[in-house]
Amino acid sequence: MYRIIERKDLSSTIKLMRIAAPEIAKKAQAGQFVILRIHDHGERIPMTIADFDRAQGTITIVFQVVGKSTEELATLKEGESILNFLGPLGQPSEIKKYGKAVCIGGGVGVAPIYPIARALHEAGNQVISIIGARNEKMLFYEEEMNSVSDHFHIVTDDGSRGNQGLVTDILCDLLESGEQIDLVFAIGPVPMMRAVAELTRGHGIKTFVSLNPIMVDGTGMCGGCRVSVGETSKFACVDGPDFDAHQVDFDQLLERQKMYCQEEQDSKEHWHQCKCRG
Amino acid sequence: MRTQEPNVRIHNFDEVALGYTEEQAVAEAERCLNCKKKPCSSGCPVGVDIPGFIELIKERDFLGAAKKVKESNNLPAICGRVCPQEAQCEKYCALGKKGESVAIGRLERFVADRERECGVETPPLPEPQGKKVAVVGSGPAGLTVAADLAKLGYGVTMFEALHDPGGVLIYGIPQFRLPKEIVKGEIDYIKGLGVDLKVDSLIGRIQSVDELLADGYNAVFIGTGAGLPNFMNIPGENLNGVYSANEFLTRTNLMKAYQFPEYDTPIKVGKLAAVIGGGNVAMDSARCALRLGAEEVYIIYRRSEKEMPARAEEIEHAVEEGVKLNLLCAPTRIIGEDGWVKALECIKFELGEADESGRRRPVPIEGSEFIMEMDTVVMAIGNSPNPLISQTTPDLETGWRGILVADPETGLTTKPGVYAGGDIVTGAATVISAMGAGKRAAAAIDRYLKGDDS
Repeated sequence: MYRIIERKDLSSTIKLMRIAAPEIAKKAQAGQFVILRIHDHGERIPMTIADFDRAQGTITIVFQVVGKSTEELATLKEGESILNFLGPLGQPSEIKKYGKAVCIGGGVGVAPIYPIARALHEAGNQVISIIGARNEKMLFYEEEMNSVSDHFHIVTDDGSRGNQGLVTDILCDLLESGEQIDLVFAIGPVPMMRAVAELTRGHGIKTFVSLNPIMVDGTGMCGGCRVSVGETSKFACVDGPDFDAHQVDFDQLLERQKMYCQEEQDSKEHWHQCKCRG
Repeated sequence: MRTQEPNVRIHNFDEVALGYTEEQAVAEAERCLNCKKKPCSSGCPVGVDIPGFIELIKERDFLGAAKKVKESNNLPAICGRVCPQEAQCEKYCALGKKGESVAIGRLERFVADRERECGVETPPLPEPQGKKVAVVGSGPAGLTVAADLAKLGYGVTMFEALHDPGGVLIYGIPQFRLPKEIVKGEIDYIKGLGVDLKVDSLIGRIQSVDELLADGYNAVFIGTGAGLPNFMNIPGENLNGVYSANEFLTRTNLMKAYQFPEYDTPIKVGKLAAVIGGGNVAMDSARCALRLGAEEVYIIYRRSEKEMPARAEEIEHAVEEGVKLNLLCAPTRIIGEDGWVKALECIKFELGEADESGRRRPVPIEGSEFIMEMDTVVMAIGNSPNPLISQTTPDLETGWRGILVADPETGLTTKPGVYAGGDIVTGAATVISAMGAGKRAAAAIDRYLKGDDS
């Protein structure tokens, strides 16, 4: 059992949890993830590690309530526990001195980009961060991101905070202004990561994305998370989750993410009915 | 032996074979000639005293018989169900030369089930040795090593990456062949021997083998199996509706997707399902697909039935249940529509000369491609060793497809104090061969820790 040490609402649908997992905290690196299961009827769901504290022995996850399991997870309070918490999984992000790095986080993707931006900053890179959300209420980690960035941009779809528009608008401006950019790292919804990849491709800028396909075990034994990268099929859980954005087949990833749309609905409805009866 | 009727059992996940009654077991035991030379025991990879336990069944001392089996075999309820006895103990039975061998597997299962019903006793354990062994992986090999070393007084910690122990016994072999309550019972027995089990612990990520050795473990056993699914690398393999058998079976068995939405993990099976491959994993997948509601299930295998690696009994059960065998053909591509599987293009084969494995080599017939409509495709064409341990332990030598190089007699790898056994050494094989390897490795680790091995 893994205890919830801290729980915070970052927005109405985005929640933060700090979970006691000292062995994982000891080993975790930027870019890695965990797989958790709430209880013995639960499914295994992947969550990127948004932060880790080796001294306190905790792992921080940030998740958006989108379906049955995340909704149920959000009902848990400080002091309560989840049954299974496996990690750290995946390859750590490739952190080294590139020069000038642009870190882009969209929506709940701001959480996983944070430890990467921090690590890039600590490795001596100049870090330009761009974070985006639908509106002001959905924004979080502003201070955290600001503290590890040399330049920091905020974008909202409706202009309620920062620039109005998309994260790619700022990236576009940067590219057009002729700034020398050595690396772009983008995490967020697939359409956003695809748009970033399309922008940087023509400029020949090395671009990483962190992919979020459906996973089951997270240890390389099932291939449920396979993605097409270049000419080959890769397992995101062991070969990734970071990949060269210019090699990824984003359309296929989008299709595969939709595989259980109907069942996800059914599961949520079933749970709501149980809750009403219960 | 009594079984559930095919038309009933395809609608449930309950065990198909119902086991012997007391009278049936005693009657079967009476057939044993109690041969002096015990050819059957020499055919058993873990060397169970077969005539010995069968004699006790004749005397109706069923619990005594179970104890006798457990002297050599830590998981008899499992072995009695899933061992290919026709290729092992029963193959060497003296009665088998002229008639039918004694049904050793069914008798083993019977006594183990009787013992479980009566409550399993923990055998007396020796004084602790003060030495610790780490066992990586809790499949058949790891469980055997852990149990044998615990019985010798070593402190054993078993590390398992998944949330439940058992390896292929829990995620691979379906409920209707091996009920999970039985696996749990057998594992509880091993925990009762004092083995400390740590689930959610992926060695290679949370700790490396070197860190385990530095952490005070005097020896390490690696039994991480062959859990990396092979794909065919044909067009369309990443379409929705295409599963590896590992994913299909893990969702079904470990995550209990057959009870969705009571359990949260979904699975998707259409009306027409194809399983590619001819081994036991393919049979398990096909039979699960039927139970998950597929109307037609096809096994697609490129050789003929005679060359199928699955046990004859499993093929028979599958066919009884309505699985169709499409032999001498293999897929060339998977055709999609809106991102989903729509059809399978296959090519026909004929059998040529025998290859190095002794089986006749399948040769594709040019221009014989044909198309089958399909909603679900399960790839059951084998597994390779998971590379995580070898990638993170630089002085472990690996061979073909990433198997660990280890002495077949002792399991000793190229790294001192580190032993390995089961599928990680042999490539995908059987439960009992993994247990045999575990047994030999446990003995070798005991000698090593006592300083007998130079």
